[in-house]
Amino acid sequence: MSSVLKSRWLAFSLLALGLALLPFLVDAGLGRSWVRLLDLALLYVMLALGLNIVVGYAGLLDLGYVAFYALGAYVYAWLASPHFGLHLPFWAILPLGAALAGLFGVLLGAPTLRLRGDYLAIVTLGFGEIIRIFLNNLNAPVNLTNGPQGINLIDPVRLGSFSLSQPHTLFGFTFTGVHLTYYLFLLLTLAVIFISMRLENSRIGRAWVAIREDEIAAAATGINTRNLKLLAFAMGATFGGLAGGLFASFQGFISPESFNLMESIMILCMIVLGGMGHIPGVIFGALLLTLLPEALRYTGDWQRNLFGQIYVDPADLRMLLFGVALVAVMLYRPAGLIPSARRRQEFADAKG
Amino acid sequence: MSAPKVGNLLSSKLDAELTPLLTVTAVSKAFGGLQALSDISLQVHAGEIFGLIGPNGAGKTTLFNALTGLYSIDRGEIRLNDARLDGRPPHQVLHAGLARTFQNIRLFAEMTALENVLVGRHARTTSGVVGAVLRLPGTRREEADSRERAAALLRRVGIAQHADRLAKNLPYGDQRRLEIARALATEPSLLALDEPAAGMNKAERAALRELLLQLQADGLTLLLIEHDVKLVMGLCTRLAVLDYGVKIAEGTPDVVSRDPKVIAAYLGDEAI
Repeated sequence: MSSVLKSRWLAFSLLALGLALLPFLVDAGLGRSWVRLLDLALLYVMLALGLNIVVGYAGLLDLGYVAFYALGAYVYAWLASPHFGLHLPFWAILPLGAALAGLFGVLLGAPTLRLRGDYLAIVTLGFGEIIRIFLNNLNAPVNLTNGPQGINLIDPVRLGSFSLSQPHTLFGFTFTGVHLTYYLFLLLTLAVIFISMRLENSRIGRAWVAIREDEIAAAATGINTRNLKLLAFAMGATFGGLAGGLFASFQGFISPESFNLMESIMILCMIVLGGMGHIPGVIFGALLLTLLPEALRYTGDWQRNLFGQIYVDPADLRMLLFGVALVAVMLYRPAGLIPSARRRQEFADAKG
Repeated sequence: MSAPKVGNLLSSKLDAELTPLLTVTAVSKAFGGLQALSDISLQVHAGEIFGLIGPNGAGKTTLFNALTGLYSIDRGEIRLNDARLDGRPPHQVLHAGLARTFQNIRLFAEMTALENVLVGRHARTTSGVVGAVLRLPGTRREEADSRERAAALLRRVGIAQHADRLAKNLPYGDQRRLEIARALATEPSLLALDEPAAGMNKAERAALRELLLQLQADGLTLLLIEHDVKLVMGLCTRLAVLDYGVKIAEGTPDVVSRDPKVIAAYLGDEAI
């Protein structure tokens, strides 16, 4: 018993140490731009886990998820940039943006309650586009969003005089902005993972899965399907809003272009590829789909070295590989790359 | 445990006045031009097993769906004890104490048997998001209690060995039992079973019969749609017969089985 506990603690400590050292290892091995990418990957993990609640648990195919991401980002930009001249601290804005996104999750979810499957996907897709088009055009009569130019000079995360945009030296280590951002994002990502895990194995999580499995049976078993679907929309949107606020502070600049349909589909792909409804799978999918495209950029250099010119644009190659990867996963690992134990059992039983 | 006491209570009640548990008054429902239910009235008394029979398409399942809030009714009234059920959504009907199973088994296929029963506890528990995330003491107690009850119910219906298997992988008869366990987890006062013996073999039917009698002995009231005439006649205290959405007979199995209208409905008019 105690040895099991000990090995658990050992594994936990090693993991913590690994995560703490990761940005330095990446920095030394691959370069500063990859640390930045790591930050971005953590953002996508949060987004994917948020969408996983809506799509993976409750089974509501939401193609407009990026709208909540955008909302969180714009709330942050409005309250911490020269656009309105407001400069509130991040710890006040992030919860506000997340809460507002959650509220919009309920508002946009409410009209779709009677829809399922394809119909729900089409309507949510429309909502996502509506939000983006609003952001694009709300520069008149009152300039809210600055239209397609977007909002610039957004404040970085700052606590007192400690800013995440400047390097700090501690114990002889130099922590640059991207390093510090990594730790902040890691902390919040772990919080999102923790909340997802706790919810998965709870009365609420079971009710969501029951709705996904059979909505009529769920209602006849005493589940208030309306409220629980709205709760799923709200929870998912909250995580999206949180990630949006972090994105705005991280980039320092946002425009409607960052929040298009492609982004929604990308987040959905992360879930499907990794393993829908299974937290490790979703995390893996998010990391894979954020980091892999960047690795593909190197193929441009290889082509130039080998052939003297670029035959296949790395950006095109990316879409091609995504398509192939999705088809391959659907054919050979329909439950995702890292399916949950129960999905594995299900497919094993189906074969046997 | 309390079975004999309830049994005594029942037999003394049968002689004296019966308490109506479910009261259906002049319920009608039409789908377009098809009158699926016409002025159906019936009473189910506390503690009895009430059978609902009739040829295919007679409106039995439609009546079930109307009772449990899946269909809205055009006219009439449905009461469970003193609570109005008509016009309320399914989850509220269940909260009021009327649980059901489905003719074509509707389990949560990708959840384990235990989890299916745990979902049944949803209506009688209250933990929310905050409790789940922080694992508050109240939530932990509630969760432990739910798991204990769910495991007990699986034992009760005789499928404890399947607790951790996915519902979809259970043998057919056990899936029906699981559906009953899930409904029981909601602590109903009236359990409505839509053809619980459908597709079962002889041994499974006998076991089901035993289970239903036990449930009755424990004080549960049962409303039963069933095609197996032998099972219905042996089990039910009273029956109602539907044909083309109209109630054509009601009474004890003896009386109903001799009713010429019932014989005509089942065998055709020429048979008389």
